[in-house]
Parts: sequence; structure tokens; C-alpha cells
Amino acid sequence: MRPYETDHSVKGERDMQDGAAAETTQYLTFKLANEVFALDIGKVREVLDFTAVTRIPGTPDFMRGVINLRGSVVPVVDMRLKFGMPAIDQGVNTCIIIVEITVDGETTVLGAMADAVQEVLDLDPDRIEPAPRIGTRLNINFIRGMGKRDDQFIIILDIDKIFSLAELTTVLDLEGEEKAAANS
Amino acid sequence: MIDHCRQVFLEEGDELLAELEIALLELEQSPADGGLVDRIFRALHTIKGSSAMFGYDGVAAFSHEMETVFDLVRDGGISVSRDLVALTLQARDLLKEMLLLPVANSAALEGRARQLIDSFRMMVPVEAELALPEPGTGASVPAALTSFLIRYSAGRDTFRMGANPVHLFNELRMLGECRVRALTEAIPALEELEPTFCYLSWEIELATECGLDAIRDVFIFADYDEVEIVPLETVANDVGAAEVLAASDAPIATSGEAAVEGPVYEAISSIRVSAGKLDSLVNLVGELVTVQARLTQTAAGRDDHNLLALAEELERLTGDLRDNTLSIRMLPIGSTFSRLRRLVHDLAGELGKEIDLVTEGGETELDKTVIEKLADPLVHLIRNCIDHGIETPAVREAAGKSRLGRLRLTAIHSGDCVQISISDDGKGIDRDVLRARAVERGVIPTGAVLSDTELLNLIFTPGLSTTTMITNVSGRGVGMDVVRKGVDLLRGAITVASSKGEGTTFTLRIPLTLAIIESLLVRVGNESYVLPLSLVEECIELSRADVARSNGRHLVNVRGAIVPYIPLRQRFGVVDQAPDREQVVITEVEGKRVGLVVDQVIGEHQTVIKSLGRVFRDVAGLSGATILGDGAVALILDVPQIVHAEELAECGA
Repeated sequence: MRPYETDHSVKGERDMQDGAAAETTQYLTFKLANEVFALDIGKVREVLDFTAVTRIPGTPDFMRGVINLRGSVVPVVDMRLKFGMPAIDQGVNTCIIIVEITVDGETTVLGAMADAVQEVLDLDPDRIEPAPRIGTRLNINFIRGMGKRDDQFIIILDIDKIFSLAELTTVLDLEGEEKAAANS
Repeated sequence: MIDHCRQVFLEEGDELLAELEIALLELEQSPADGGLVDRIFRALHTIKGSSAMFGYDGVAAFSHEMETVFDLVRDGGISVSRDLVALTLQARDLLKEMLLLPVANSAALEGRARQLIDSFRMMVPVEAELALPEPGTGASVPAALTSFLIRYSAGRDTFRMGANPVHLFNELRMLGECRVRALTEAIPALEELEPTFCYLSWEIELATECGLDAIRDVFIFADYDEVEIVPLETVANDVGAAEVLAASDAPIATSGEAAVEGPVYEAISSIRVSAGKLDSLVNLVGELVTVQARLTQTAAGRDDHNLLALAEELERLTGDLRDNTLSIRMLPIGSTFSRLRRLVHDLAGELGKEIDLVTEGGETELDKTVIEKLADPLVHLIRNCIDHGIETPAVREAAGKSRLGRLRLTAIHSGDCVQISISDDGKGIDRDVLRARAVERGVIPTGAVLSDTELLNLIFTPGLSTTTMITNVSGRGVGMDVVRKGVDLLRGAITVASSKGEGTTFTLRIPLTLAIIESLLVRVGNESYVLPLSLVEECIELSRADVARSNGRHLVNVRGAIVPYIPLRQRFGVVDQAPDREQVVITEVEGKRVGLVVDQVIGEHQTVIKSLGRVFRDVAGLSGATILGDGAVALILDVPQIVHAEELAECGA
């Protein structure tokens, strides 16, 4: 386990081992606004500093665009917007968590924007509670469970669900919106 | 080492068998063409020789039998008929199976081989039966001593090919007594003489018992030369021969063939390379192109003339390297079309339909992997046309059409794509039945309003089929889905047009290369975009005054012609103020000129295409991304899609 100072970003890249079994107990914690979330470490490839993102026209706001990751073009999702939080300008600690998800046997690499990355946490299964059906104000499908660290609750996210194709591929018709705005 | 040679033998064997199949199918169409019979014979002969060398005894023995049969065909002993061709195709298939068996163990297939040989024997007319030799001897019919006059003109490139005519003469000498006379009239004066060319021709008198075929066999590989074999009356002395020599001008054709002309093409030496090596090469070239672009950009920023000159030189060389490398992987689609012929032939026979396959544009070249991935979709589309599209001869006649159904396959370059179309003159798609089926399956709600295009596109839905019968060819509603997935994988598009009673046409548009394209780099707002240079005609300036002048209509005057334009700023939702002077990039798409308005035209850019991935695949107007010299990502514009979307938007659809 490699602890990071809380609230300071991880400088540079870190490769994560993908040795996790189904009962993985290691999670990467990160912050969005004042809340702490966690991701299964087995899905995390690396963490990058925030870099220039090229916007793709005709995509929802939470799709920030794409970045150049050593020659590959990787999409980046703004987690704040996806979860309905207000967007903010990038801070010094903002980073992109590169995750690898598998859908229908196909592996896709995506980046998730976070305000700050914290630490890798070991959580025993008995310290994880099922997600409450109400109260989180998040789509219940996105949550795998609630973890406890000291006295704080951490929302453990199901990255496969959040980044499922159905969730990401809502395409907007910008012209259509413009026309509607012009006519009203 | 042996394994490597065997691998080469197997690959060549495959090619020979493919060539054999093509020749056989052509022979069915033109039974009188002796050249085709020769091609078949040569292919069998080569297979026999090389298979014996590698221990494939079963193959060698069987191909020897087939060779004997086609020997008789050459002589007219067996006539070319549909049955003969069908039987030979079966034999070819058996040979293919024999080659697939691990090392030479074809005992299992020998039973079938014997059956086929017997069927072949049935084809031989009774009188010639006596002449059919015991299997394994392969000797020609012994005859009395006959004299032949052979005129042999060696091809110009004979020496350069490494051939030595003297070997041929020695072989002739083994057949009987021989007199060789060289004709030197064609040799030019010394100043014009090209030492590597062969200007010689010969006249050879040969008295032999072995018969015409043995002589022909000597010249069997003399593709580039001209050989005339004239049998003379059996003469007792030389004087007689000389007289005949003087008297005869034109050669007398025997059994349809005396002059053997080689195919007129220059021999191209070629080399086999594994596809994996080519792939790595293309990847490396891609990386090189990217780095070179960055170097050029960096050099432009410095004030160093030497560096600039070097960067320019490197750019030129990289461009050449890129073009050459990509062209290595380009193959003509004609080979795929030929393979499909067999499918059409067999399928038509199976389903009792008469089909004429016409192909056009076989020389159109495509990247090797694209061709391979296209094979499956094409097979499914053809199956569909033959099974559901083209009617049986009886139905066609009743409908006033010709009994012979026509299936057309065409391929043509269009911009940076290849357009492949498969059309039949069958019964077309019944829209009512299609709609009913779709509603039945719950694919569309009962009252749904669909445009014609949307309705026709329903045929690609998995599980949907309009036939009531499931044949072993189709009917389960799976084929079209496979086609669409296949086309998607190639980043292509497929459209269907159909007219009831008249036929259906499927059109596929596939991008030419999957790797690198020349493009134009532009800026809109804060982002950079590229579009294929092949579509760009010119760039003109668009000032605020121009925009005001056209009253909100997106039209611009280009030297008297009206060209519509699409403001990309609007299209992409860029909110900040447009610059005073914008640029219109005039493109030509499907014969029409359309302008795209951008903030700035930066210049040419060699684009290494990176896929945007599944997430963005459905975003209209973009066909990929690329990394610029400074590491930023630029998006690749799909101009036809942008234009099409604009058309739909303006029609209010």
C-alpha cells in the first residue's frame, strides 16, 4: 500500500498492478468536491496530471473530450458533471484517473477526472456495507457499496456501470438545440 | 528448412489450385478455348511435379491421372462439357483436401480419388478407350516415325530470364533425330545490338516416333516464345523435307493448336512476405510520420536554414516511404471477385437458378486486411441476392424477364474510399412484407412512421428475415447483421436501394487505407481539425461583408458559380466571436461542391489515423483523431457525413 498525502495530487504516473481477484480489497480513493469516492484498484491503470483535453462536438457536457496518452486517443469524463455536481475550473490537484473497463469482451481505456487523488485503501469485505437505496443522490447502479475509513464513509463506485456505453454515448444534436433556442 | 520449403509448396499449391478453379469456370463458359485447356494442363503438371518432390505421393499420382485426362482433352479425345468441368472441379477440391492433410497421408482420400478416376474414364469415348494408358505409365500413343518442322522464336528476354534454348534442343534430340538451323535475320547491326536480348529464331526438323504431344511438352514452359509445330508427311529423305520447308508458309493447325503464344506480360519477380512483418512496417512508418511532423514544426520555429532544409528533405522522403509502404499492402479486389465466382456457380446450381455474374473494376486496389475482412460480408450479400433476390427461371419468364438472372459486382475509387456495389435484377425488397415482419417481431411499433431508407435499413436487424422458408443457405435473419458488423469494423458504410420487381443494389463505401492519409489542418474555435486533402479543391476567404451580403443564406460566389457552405463554428457549437475573416474550404463530395467555413487554414498535414474508440463511434461528422506535431489531438472530419447531416437538417427531416 502506498499512502499519499491527503489533498495533494499524485505527481506523475503510477502503474497499478492488475493482480486483483474477484474479492479485491484494494481501492483507490479520490475526491470530488468534498466527497470521497473509491475505485477498485484492479481497474485503474495509471493516474495523470490534468492535460489539455480536445473537446468533441456533439457530445454531452460530462464528456470532456479526448487526450493524447502516449500516442493513443483516450476519452475523458468529467465525474463532477456526471454526478450532477457543478463544474469547476481545474485546480492544481486535478488529475485524470485512467481506467480500463471491459464490456462485451472488449476492453476500453477511459480517463476519469478527479479533483484530487488520495490513497490506496485496503478494505475488508466486512467493512463494506451495501449502498443505501436513497440518500446518496446518485444513481444506485453506480454504487457498489459504502466503505468505512476511520469514521468517514466512502462511496465505492462501480466503474463498469458508470462508463457503460449506454451511459456515455448520448449524442446531442447541437444544431437542433440551436434551432429550438432561435425559435423560442 | 524443409518445413519452410514445404510451407512455400503448400502456398504455391493453393495458388495453383485457385488458378485451376478460375480456368475451369472460364472453360465452362468458353469450351472451345484451347488456351484454357493448356492453363489447366500446366497447373496440373506443376502440382504433380512439386508434390512428388515433397513426398505427397497421393497428390502426385492423382494429379497425374487428371493430367492424362486433360491430355486427351487437348487432343480432342474427350470433349469439354459441363459434366467434365463439374467432375474436374470435384477433383480439384479433392486435391485441396489432400494438400491439407499432414504430410502425404492421403490414403483416406484415395477411395474418392479412385471413384473420380472411374467417372473420368466413363467420359472417354469407346474408340479412344484403347488409347487410354494404364495409370502410372503416362506414355503417349506410339506412332510411326513422323517428321515435324518446328519453328521456334525465342522471346527477347530469354537470356535475361536465365533460359538457354540449347536445353530445349537437347530435349528434342532425345525424342528423335534432329536438325537445328538458326535464323539470324533479326540480329541488328552492332551499334544497335543489345547483348542481353535474344534476336534468334530456329527451324528444327525432327523425326520422331513420340508424337506431337511429346514435342509440345518440351516447350510447355516456353511462355514467352513463339512455337509452331508442323507435322510433315512422313518423309524418307532430307530433300523432301527441304522442299516442304520452302513450300509451306503458314503453319497447319493440328487439333486446334499449333502456335503456342505466351501471355504478353513482363515477368515480375516477386517475393513472399509475412503479413505480420508488413504490419510492423506500417506501424513504424506511422510513428516516423508523426515524429517527422513534429520535427518540421520545431524547425519552423527556429531560424536555422540548414535545419529547415533538412526537415524539408526528411518530409519528402517520409512521404515517399509512406506511399510505398502503404501500396505494398494494396491488392486488386479482382482476386476476391474471382473466388466469388465459384460460390455463385455452386449456389446457382444448388438453388436451381441461372445466374450470370458480371464484375467490373477488378483492378481496383484495396489494403490487404480490408480485402480479407470484406470477404465474409460479400459472401453473405451474394447469398442473399441469389437466394432471396433472383427468382427461379420459371418465375422470371412468367414475369417477362430473361431466364438468366444478372448479378453485378463493381468496385471503384471514390475520393478516399472504395465503393463496392452488388446489384441483382431480381424481385427487389417487398416493403410491405418487411414492415409486417418488423412489427411482428417487435422491432418497430405498429404505427411507426419510417422513411424509406429507415425501412430498408431494417433488413440489417439481427433475427429479422422476410422469407418463410429457411434454406441451408439463408433465412435465419443472421446474414445481414454479419454484413453490417463487418462493414462497421472497416469504418465503412452500407446502403441499400431496391425497386420492387426490378432488383436490389447494396452499396458499400470503405475507406481506402486504415492508416495514414494526407490532410488539410484547420482551426475552428480553440480546436484543430483535419480533413482529407483528396476532397479539397481550394480555399477562399470569407469576410463579414460577404456573409452580410448573402442575407443569412449560406451561399458563396466562387468565380461565378454558387457554392453552398456549412459554418463549422455553428455546427460545433463554438460560442465565442468569429474572426473577421474566415476561410471557406471548398470540397467536392459525391460530385457536389460544398464549402466548410473555418477560422484558419493552417496547412497540409500527414495524418496518422487513430480511432476514437467505441465511445465516440456514433458521433456524426467525425471519423477519427490524430496527434499533431505538438502533441495536441486533432479530430478528423467526415465530410460526407457533415454534408449529409446538413442536408437532412435543412429539409426539416
